[in-house]
Amino acid sequence: MNMPPSGLPARSRKLYARRPDIFPRAIDGFYRRLKWIVMAVTLAIYYVTPWLRWDRGPYAPDQAVLVDLAHRRFYFFSIEIWPHEFYYVAGLLVMAGIGLFIVTTTVGRAWCGYACPQTVWTDLFLHIERAIDGDRNAQLRLKKGPWTVGKIGRRVLKHASWLLVGLVTGGAWVFYFADAPTLAYDLATGQAAYVAYATITILTATTYIFGGFMREQVCLYMCPWPRIQGAMLDERSLIVTYKDWRGEPRSHGVKRSDDSGDCIDCQACVQVCPVGIDIRDGAQFACITCALCIDACDQMMDRVGRPRGLIDYATLEDCQAEAAGAEPVPVMRTLFRPRTLAYFSIWGAVGLAMVFALGARTRLDLATAHDRNPLWVQLSGGDVRNAYTLKIRNMESRPRTLRLAIEGLDHGVMWDSLSDAGSAGRAMAFSVAPDQVEARRIYVRAPGRGPATEDFHFTISATDGSPDRAADGARFDRPETQP
Amino acid sequence: MTDRKIDEATGVPTMGHEWDGIEELDNPMPRWWLWTFYATIVFAIGYCIAYPAIPLLERATTGTLGWTSHRQLAEETARGQAARASTLAALAKVDIATLDPSSPLMQAAVEGGRAAFKINCAACHGAGAAGTRGYPNLNDDDWLWGGSRAEIHQTLMHGIRQPGDEATRMSQMPAFGRDGILKPQEIQDVVSFVRTASHQEKPGASSGRGAALYAANCAICHGADAKGGRAFGAPNLTDAIWLYGGDREALTATVTNARYGVMPAWDKTLDPATLNMLTAYVHSLGGGE
Repeated sequence: MNMPPSGLPARSRKLYARRPDIFPRAIDGFYRRLKWIVMAVTLAIYYVTPWLRWDRGPYAPDQAVLVDLAHRRFYFFSIEIWPHEFYYVAGLLVMAGIGLFIVTTTVGRAWCGYACPQTVWTDLFLHIERAIDGDRNAQLRLKKGPWTVGKIGRRVLKHASWLLVGLVTGGAWVFYFADAPTLAYDLATGQAAYVAYATITILTATTYIFGGFMREQVCLYMCPWPRIQGAMLDERSLIVTYKDWRGEPRSHGVKRSDDSGDCIDCQACVQVCPVGIDIRDGAQFACITCALCIDACDQMMDRVGRPRGLIDYATLEDCQAEAAGAEPVPVMRTLFRPRTLAYFSIWGAVGLAMVFALGARTRLDLATAHDRNPLWVQLSGGDVRNAYTLKIRNMESRPRTLRLAIEGLDHGVMWDSLSDAGSAGRAMAFSVAPDQVEARRIYVRAPGRGPATEDFHFTISATDGSPDRAADGARFDRPETQP
Repeated sequence: MTDRKIDEATGVPTMGHEWDGIEELDNPMPRWWLWTFYATIVFAIGYCIAYPAIPLLERATTGTLGWTSHRQLAEETARGQAARASTLAALAKVDIATLDPSSPLMQAAVEGGRAAFKINCAACHGAGAAGTRGYPNLNDDDWLWGGSRAEIHQTLMHGIRQPGDEATRMSQMPAFGRDGILKPQEIQDVVSFVRTASHQEKPGASSGRGAALYAANCAICHGADAKGGRAFGAPNLTDAIWLYGGDREALTATVTNARYGVMPAWDKTLDPATLNMLTAYVHSLGGGE
């Protein structure tokens, strides 16, 4: 934080710092092309995914990725997740978190620089701005210039284009939550749910504001990740570095002397920076390591005939080694060190555990609730009856015929509320609708003489030859005083 | 407290407080906060005009919208009733005895009956319909007057031993001891026979004598096999269910003084839909026939 110059009246000092205008200059180079590719891939994933189809048979939606909030189901290709299995999503979030740890300790803030939606969309907005207003200098001129018809026209065109991108962004988001072709038709004909339009409006507004106005401020002030990454980086993490031992002292073009470093103070690295920092000030948390300053500086070094890499991806350790004239640490030893291996093992362990859990999970489930009032009913024949509400979950998207059986409780027989006591038996078969929870009221009858409380199990098993099986413990109660 | 001075770094006056060298500056409130505060004042004025707000001597101001919590409740209740109206109308007309048990209307009837039971019937039969001594358990498979939906409906409509209701369930057990029909020893013999019939005692001389007394005095209602007679609401004496207890003492009291359980005739109080719903619910408890 700057202190006010001593001569200035203290009252004039503002505690609020206005955002300086940033007009990044266009640049071409290796990292710029890499960013183009990443942008194309990430945007393609975002826009195409909801339109992918995946056949799940006649009883389930055929959208490959679908978050069906109304029916509380989440479909991801061959995986279907019910609300009670939300821990898989938690597992994915854990993996995403640790994945960011791995990326950060090895290649630094690569996520921030290339793949983060905020970066991708800001980049997109910057390109639109340059296409309409021209490059950095033209934009600066336009901003200072008077409000002519041309300027107003350009401004209108720019904001309209941004809003259109916002609309397309928000518009694509809702397709993840409903059948995409149907929703697209409904949206176009004005028949879609009110919430779809509201979501699109909100996301259009956030995209427009985040990409058009807030830009790097989101990274600086809103996102927790840069702060966490500050603690994650170490001397062996790749960061964008200005090699001051090579660049200093800087020289201004003609005034070069033998003492001068390689930096010609052309400001190219500052002008291309989308967050408006000077990388020559050293590593700083505002830097998202987009590496555009490397492209800019390399171009300049080529022009003045100096070796490339004055600004470069390097670890702090390598920088020091290079400054001292020593060999840099081999890349393999930078990537594979105890810390990254530890992260990778945790990441892999969580992933493997999830894969095993997904592979071993049974798509049948059974939950038993014993009637409490009354706990037991004395029958005229001397037997005692207990009643249970069974909830049977068929989590597969096909109807299934299941066999319900009693394990334990000698001489106990059961029937359900839709049949009569005469059909009682140790097992019964019934069908469950696809992807449904079926509630059944089950009566169990057992001899009146016996322990006041007896534990047994209800089991359900598939009758189609699959080994799917589920069981739930239950308890049979009798009167305490028996004749 | 009075040590107000100008803060050097910012030029802002201090409030004059100091805690361990930390002083509070007299900065104005942030503008967004101030405008939000003004907006709440404006809102409050509007609210006081539109809604009941200011308490006066007799009552509070009523507000121009005329809103009251009572009226809101009445409106919401009316909306709920309107939503149920078609189902209730159908339930009022339907013949509950022949309604398909798996139909949605029957499901609605059972759920509606569950609620109506808690209000009208739970006082005697218990919240779980398990009854208690003198009040039958409606979950079991033993019915005094019949457990089919038609019979349950009949019992519900006209009650048991309700004077003035022609169709009420009516029967009267003689008070064999109090009215001197049987001598105390004979009553003990009858009790012995009943306990033998229900397999609580081994046959003996007393039960042998009781068998003859039973045939002469009791069989006309309870049946020659002692399995009861539903035409008279006479309980089955051979089963494991005893409304007033099956031990010797309770049986002696029953034979001596007789029992006359009563139940209200609910067609005087409840509408046809509710009676149908209660029938469906009681029948669904597990013992329905």
